[in-house]
Order: sequence, then C-alpha cells, then structure tokens
Amino acid sequence: MSVVSSKYKTVKPDEVKVWFKAASVNDFPKDGGACVKYKDLQIAVFNFKRLNKWFACQNLSPEKGEMVLSRGMIGDHKGIPMVACPLHKKTFSLETGENLNGDIEPIATYPIKIEKENVYIGFSE
Amino acid sequence: MQTVIVVGNGMVGYKFCEKFVEASKNKEYKIIVFGEEPRPAYDRVHLSEFFENQDAKALEMAPAEWYKENGIDLVVDERVSDIQRGTKTIVTAKNKVFNYDYLVLATGSSAFVPPIKGVEKEGVFVYRTIEDLEGMLAYAAKLKETNPNAKAAVLGGGLLGLEAGKAVMDMGLEPHIVEFAPKLMPRQLDSRSSQVLQLKLESMGLNIHLSKATNQILGEEYITGMEFGEDDVLDVEMLVVSAGIRPRDELGKTSGLEMGVRGGIVVNNKMQTSDENIYAIGEVALYNQMIYGLVAPGYDMADVAVNQIIGNTEKLMPADIDMSTKLKLIGVDVASFGEPFMPASKGHSIIFENKTQYLYKRINVSHDGKKLLGGILVGDASDYNMLHQVYLNGMAIPEDPAQLILPASEGGSSFGDVMDLPDEAQVCSCENVTKGQICGAIESGEAKDLADVVSCTKAGTGCGGCKPMVKDITTATLKSLGIEVKDSICEHFDYNRQDLYKIIEVKGYTTFNEVLDSHGNGGHGCELCKPLVASLMATIHADTANKEYAIQDSNDRFLANIQRNGTYSVVPRVPGGEITPDKLIALGQIAKKYDLYTKVTGGVRIDLFGATLNQLPLIWKELIAHGFESGHAYGKSLRTVKTCVGSTWCRYGMAESVSFGIELENRYRGIRAPHKIKGGVSGCIRECAEARGKDFGLIAVEGGWNLYLGGNGGATPRHAELFAEQIDNETVIKYLDRYLMFYMRTAKPLQRTAAWQERLEGGLDYLKEVIIEDKLGIVEDLEKEMETLVNKFECEWTQAVNDPEVMKRFNHFVNSDEEDDNIVFVPMRDQKMPRQWS
Repeated sequence: MSVVSSKYKTVKPDEVKVWFKAASVNDFPKDGGACVKYKDLQIAVFNFKRLNKWFACQNLSPEKGEMVLSRGMIGDHKGIPMVACPLHKKTFSLETGENLNGDIEPIATYPIKIEKENVYIGFSE
Repeated sequence: MQTVIVVGNGMVGYKFCEKFVEASKNKEYKIIVFGEEPRPAYDRVHLSEFFENQDAKALEMAPAEWYKENGIDLVVDERVSDIQRGTKTIVTAKNKVFNYDYLVLATGSSAFVPPIKGVEKEGVFVYRTIEDLEGMLAYAAKLKETNPNAKAAVLGGGLLGLEAGKAVMDMGLEPHIVEFAPKLMPRQLDSRSSQVLQLKLESMGLNIHLSKATNQILGEEYITGMEFGEDDVLDVEMLVVSAGIRPRDELGKTSGLEMGVRGGIVVNNKMQTSDENIYAIGEVALYNQMIYGLVAPGYDMADVAVNQIIGNTEKLMPADIDMSTKLKLIGVDVASFGEPFMPASKGHSIIFENKTQYLYKRINVSHDGKKLLGGILVGDASDYNMLHQVYLNGMAIPEDPAQLILPASEGGSSFGDVMDLPDEAQVCSCENVTKGQICGAIESGEAKDLADVVSCTKAGTGCGGCKPMVKDITTATLKSLGIEVKDSICEHFDYNRQDLYKIIEVKGYTTFNEVLDSHGNGGHGCELCKPLVASLMATIHADTANKEYAIQDSNDRFLANIQRNGTYSVVPRVPGGEITPDKLIALGQIAKKYDLYTKVTGGVRIDLFGATLNQLPLIWKELIAHGFESGHAYGKSLRTVKTCVGSTWCRYGMAESVSFGIELENRYRGIRAPHKIKGGVSGCIRECAEARGKDFGLIAVEGGWNLYLGGNGGATPRHAELFAEQIDNETVIKYLDRYLMFYMRTAKPLQRTAAWQERLEGGLDYLKEVIIEDKLGIVEDLEKEMETLVNKFECEWTQAVNDPEVMKRFNHFVNSDEEDDNIVFVPMRDQKMPRQWS
C-alpha cells in the first residue's frame, strides 16, 4: 500500500509541467465523480456543479488503499468542498486533501482546468 | 539535551512515551526505548482477539513510524542486560552501551509457572506474548490433525486464565479451566457471583474444575494429562499456564535497587526507585507493597513519571488506587468497583441474583444507607459507569438503595441526572477527562456539539465505554445554556427526517437541489442528507435509484454492495428462498464465468462476490436473461422474506408459508425505507424461519397467522412483538401496508423498525390504535401510498442495462476501458478473496 500511495503527491498550480486532456466535460456526472487514468495513476475528478468548480485528487483511499474515492459522494463540510470515501465515509477536503473527520493522512490533489468543453488535469511529470 | 531511556516496550512503556511526547513538547529530550519482543508495543489486554484475525498489526498501540515521527529511537528485539548506576549507563544483550540521564524501567512481568513436576513437557505453554500464541496455534493445529476432538486445559481461573480459555476455545479445542481456589476469579468476585459466572461459562461450553491442586503433568515427551490426586486425572493434550504474574525485576536486583521481599522494585509516590534517576512503572513497580496488575494504574504511574522527569514535581501517585474494573470476558460482562467484598461490620450488602439469566448484582452500602462502598456486576454491567461515579464521588444514593440495581422499572433510570455529578467526577478514565472539563469546553464556546467535545477533550476516544455519559452531559450542558439540541439531520438542514418528508410531499419537490435551495442552510449537501433525500424521493415518488444517482449512497449508485477491496457483490432476488434447479445452475454458470466467490447469505439467497465495476452490467445482463431481478441487497429497502417450507412439504406445517412469503417479498420489493427491512414467515410455532427476529414476522397458528412486528438481529437483537393474532392473509397485508408506511413516514434516518417501535411514545398499544383502530385517521392514506409503491415497482437493473447512458456509470475509467489494476485476490478454500488490508 505504501508503494502505491507514494506515487500520489499534491501538485501545486505552479508546478504543472503537463496538462493532460482527460475527457469531455459531458463524461462526468453533475455533482459527482469519475476516475481518470494517467500513466499508472488513477485520478478522481469531480464536477462540483453547485459551485461551478472542478476538483481532482487521488482515487486511492488513504485509509485502506483501495481505488474508490471517485465513487464517493461530494458535498461540503462547514463550507469546505469534500468527498466522502464510499468504504467508511471518511471525508476529505477537495481543496487541501485534508481528512475532515479524523486524522488520516491527507490525499493528494491536482490542478484542473476546463478548455473547450474538455477536462485537463495538471501533473508535474 | 538530556537522554531518557525506557526499558520495556509494553502497554505502560508505550503510554510513557505517548505522554512524554505530549507533555515535553518543545523541550529538549532524547528518548530511547528498548523492547525485548520483536515488535512494537501491542494491546496485551485484548490478546485473545489475535485468534480471531491473527493480525498482530491490529493490536499495535502505535505503528513503528509513530516512534520515528515523534523523535523516539525504538530498538526492538534487544534486551537490556545491565545497569551501571555509577556511570549512568545501560548495557544491552548485544553488548551495546548507552548513557542516560533518566532511566525508566517498564519491564512488566512474566507469566508465573508453578514448580509442578513435568511442566517442561512439550505442549505446555504460557499466555503472555504474541509469540506464545503463535506457538499455541501451531501446536493446536498439529493436535487437531490426529484428533479433531483434542482437549486443552488452562491452569488458573483468574482474569487472564479465562481469556486464555477463550483463546483455546477459539482454536477449536475442548476447553478446560483448572483452578486451585474453590471459585473463579477469586480476586475480583465473591462466591455467589463467581457461581453465576461459572454457570454462564459452562453454558457456553467451558469445562470448569475448581479446588484442584495439580500434582504433576503426565506424559513422556509431551503432555497427555494432569494429575490432581491419586485417582483424579484429567486427560488433556495441551496446557496453558496462567497462574499469575511475576515482576520482571532482574535489572533492579543486579543493580542493587531496593526490592520487595517477594519481588518487585520498590518505588515512592513519584515512581522513583531507591536511585533518584531511575523510575519504575507498571507491573515491575512495587508501590504500597503491591504490584498492580491492571493497565489503568500502570498508565497513571506512567503519567506521574513523565511529570516528575519534566519537572512538574507536584504530580504524585495517589495513596489509594482505584482497582475498579469492567471487562467483557468471553462476551460476559464482569465488573467490580470500590470494595467488592465488604465485611458486615462496615455496611450492608444488597444482592440481586437471577441464575436463569446469568445475572448477579451486588452493591455494598454504608450502615446508614447513604453511601455506596463498592459492588460486583456479572452478566450485565451497563450500570457500571454510573455506579462507579456514584462511588468515586460519594454521591447521595436513593432512600432505597436497591433501586440502584433493580431492573429498570417504568419511567427509566433511578439514578439522578448526570448533571448531579460533581465537576471533578472522572467521566472518561482512559483519557482522564472530568465532567467539569466537558462542561467547560461547551461553556467557553470551544465546543458546540458532541463531535467538538470529543475532539477537544478526547473524552470517549479510548475504550469508548463512557460515550453515552459524555453525550448526556453534552446535551444537558447545551440545554442549560439555552442552546436547542435539534435532531436535525446534518449541518445542511434544520429539519429532521419527518419534517423533510412533509416538506417534499407538500411542495412536490423532485430533485435534491430543489430541496436544498429552498429549505437548506446554504451549503451543498453531504453524505448524510443526500442519501436521506434520495430515500424520501423513492418513498414519495416511487423513484428508483437510477433517477438522481449522484445523491445515492455508493451502494445504491452502483446497484451493488461495495466490498473490502472496492469490488462489488451481486445478489439477485430469490423470493422466499424458493429457486428452480435451472436458476441455480444459471447462477453457478455465471459465477464460474466471471470467477466470482459464492456464498449463501444470512437471508437465504446466493451472493456472488468479487465483481469489478466494469463486470457488473455484464453479469446482470446474463442474470436478467435467466429471469432474475435485482435483490436490492445494496439498498435501505426490503431484503428478503425468509420462509420455512411450511405445509407444502413439512408434516407439521399449518399453512403455506413459502407461498405467502413469496407474495409478501414480491409486494414490498424495491421500496426504500429509513433502513433495511427483513421479513419471515413460519409455517408453525416451531418457527424455523426465525420470523420473530425480523422487522415483520408471521407464524401460522390454528385459524390464521400471528403477526409480529419490530424485531431484528444486529448489534441490539430484539424479538418482534405480537401485534395481532389469528388473522387471514388479507388482514396481514392490510396491517403490514399500514405499518411499513407509517414507519417510512416517521422514523429517523437509519433507524430500524425495532428501535423506532421501542421509542414510539405509547409503545405497542399506540401502534395498535393507529394501525388497527385508525386513531389518527390516516390508514386510508397509508394504504393508498403503499399501493402506489407496489404498482410502480420496476427492476433497477433491468432499467440500467437497457439504458446506454446509465451503463456509462459502470466504467472504472472515463478515458480507458481498462479495469482497476489495484485489485488483488488471493486464493481461499478453492475460491478467492481480497488480499488482507495492510
């Protein structure tokens, strides 16, 4: 598990070297998520329609090491946009990756942008 | 920088580190910890759990990384062999030398093995470490190969001995407990409570031998039996010695520290030994001429030593140590507090005993009847927390103290209010949190609800036993501040489920966003309110989970149950448990084709595990082609109606339970409710369908059906209550329609019928008035609403596989047809299972 999780590191907007074209905006459910494959990474992408924002983070649940976060429910916790892991409802900030209802390690988050109806995720390599 | 060396990495040694890190923040200390065992400290109190999962990691107090993160050098598998007090150094068995400024001895104890002839034979174990257990497991497995009915004995009927008895039982050996004293747990229990415990344990399959002094262990190379007297022999093939503990005090002896006559390193109330730079804590320390074999005093000692070393010298060990304990032994509650055995000269005892239910409660009160001095609880220790508080704080007790232990009468608890506790009352003993701290956190505004209280005081984060009390104190404090404690569903709505039900029904909302925008608090919803609204939409508009899938709970979103490794299980409906050979074959062929693990569920249908997201629609297409439909095993909805074979085949059957069970299952399939619903139909009073353990249950009797309502298994099992007798099929359906609809309208989220019914004001009588006599004038509506749901039923999976838009949901990746490569299965008994969680 630690080998897998070590592949996921938060990328800050100024560290982006590659903008990966993931899919069309229509491929993602409104106010829900789906998973994107990039090299050997699995990235959860959320179309937060109510905020008109998009978020990307690792698909790996840091609690148990399973690829499930994109299937989680999104919403907010005291105003912070979050995703709830479908396995045990651990919630993570979509902005900082921080665990909001416990002290599990944070998840990695990635920059995301929409251009011409396409979703792009930012990677540093 | 000063160096603190801790010798011993057991529970108390670990606690010392934890408290030291917390207390010495920003101060310059170097901590080095030596452990003799090959792994970091683990929870020895729950050692017998190792047999259930054999997962040593699960027992860890903290992972090895924790020590590193906190700047602690942890050296495992290395025993400290000598202390040179003159040069303030220690030497390890590997001849390494380390300097210390402070030395903390937390070497604990070892199992005491009495000098019985033959005790060195193979097959004799002690019960202390994970390695001991692994040795026992390997030996037991070998025994069972030649003799599946092998017997094992445990020498010692104390606390640890009974734990070891459970371990032996879990290994599949016939367990025997051999105790020298005339009763079990002689240190904690009086004779009568000990007898009650004995009866209970015997009823669970433990063989108990009391007043037995073991002369010798029989056998050549390995144990074959135990001899007590000339003709008194017990044949056993394995023996676990659990006859007490001896402090691991060798280092104290060799370095010339002051020792107790019968062992143990003498400490003062600062936990200092006769050398002021050396501390001793836990089971190696002799304090007040006593070795304390409980973990709580050990933790207190660790706390005192930490404070002394960092300079808070006013923190001392109290002279009186509370030896109260509450534990679950082999699933049986046992607790004692204060003075459990009190001589008649000091007060009176009040005893409640009910051997038919294996219950025993004793309290000791002062002669004037005003003070609680101690007590013993066996079988049910749910009152322990409160009794313990009353004792600790010398609180007033009822005029008739018997009320403290008599079974609760109407009107509930005889204890006063939690708010009567004094501020210094210790509510959480694991984290040492007082009532005053909890109230203070709320009064200062730091904590606004229960979750805040837990996170800022840490109350309830240890064993969790105090949680109900923490909750009560929190609620009462909030109330006293004039803050209304709402049962609103989450931060996004100020309404409870019943309010929202009415709002959606009256306003006719059909989407989550409509409800949130018009009646929410301005947020965006969460994992609590979204599935709740989804469930209400399903009840009010007969929507399936496909309609607004992003607000569905994960299982409803993918119409399958997510499993441990992110794969899913598939459960087609098998109404009443009746299935044709052709359908059985189809299930087998499909399971084989997709390499699925198959198992019969607790609800008498067949569960296919290990389907990936991508496989789900493929599997369901085939199932539907063979005439199956969704079993809604993933929903808060009707699961199964379990049936016995009834008069169709059974020579005792009074009615066709299968036919009626199928009719009921097909009637209520697919409806969404606050929680899952299960039914059962039995063809006679032998009750083979276990119908009274279900939300609704029917038992055929002369002249019709007896209808039982509000039962469940689960964490709090409850038998359903008899609601109506000798009624016909039509009346059953009429009452069930009304009952279920009334439940769906008024229950809290995730509240099963049992809990709902129990909290219904007026109880069963009120329920009868509403459902049979129509006291509220709503039965016509209830029936109509249910009729609509029944008529609008549609199989969600049939909808899904016929809609390409819906099918897109089941791709693991949006940009690739590949499957999740993170899923790993391992073989198990000719099938497969997910690899263990690391």
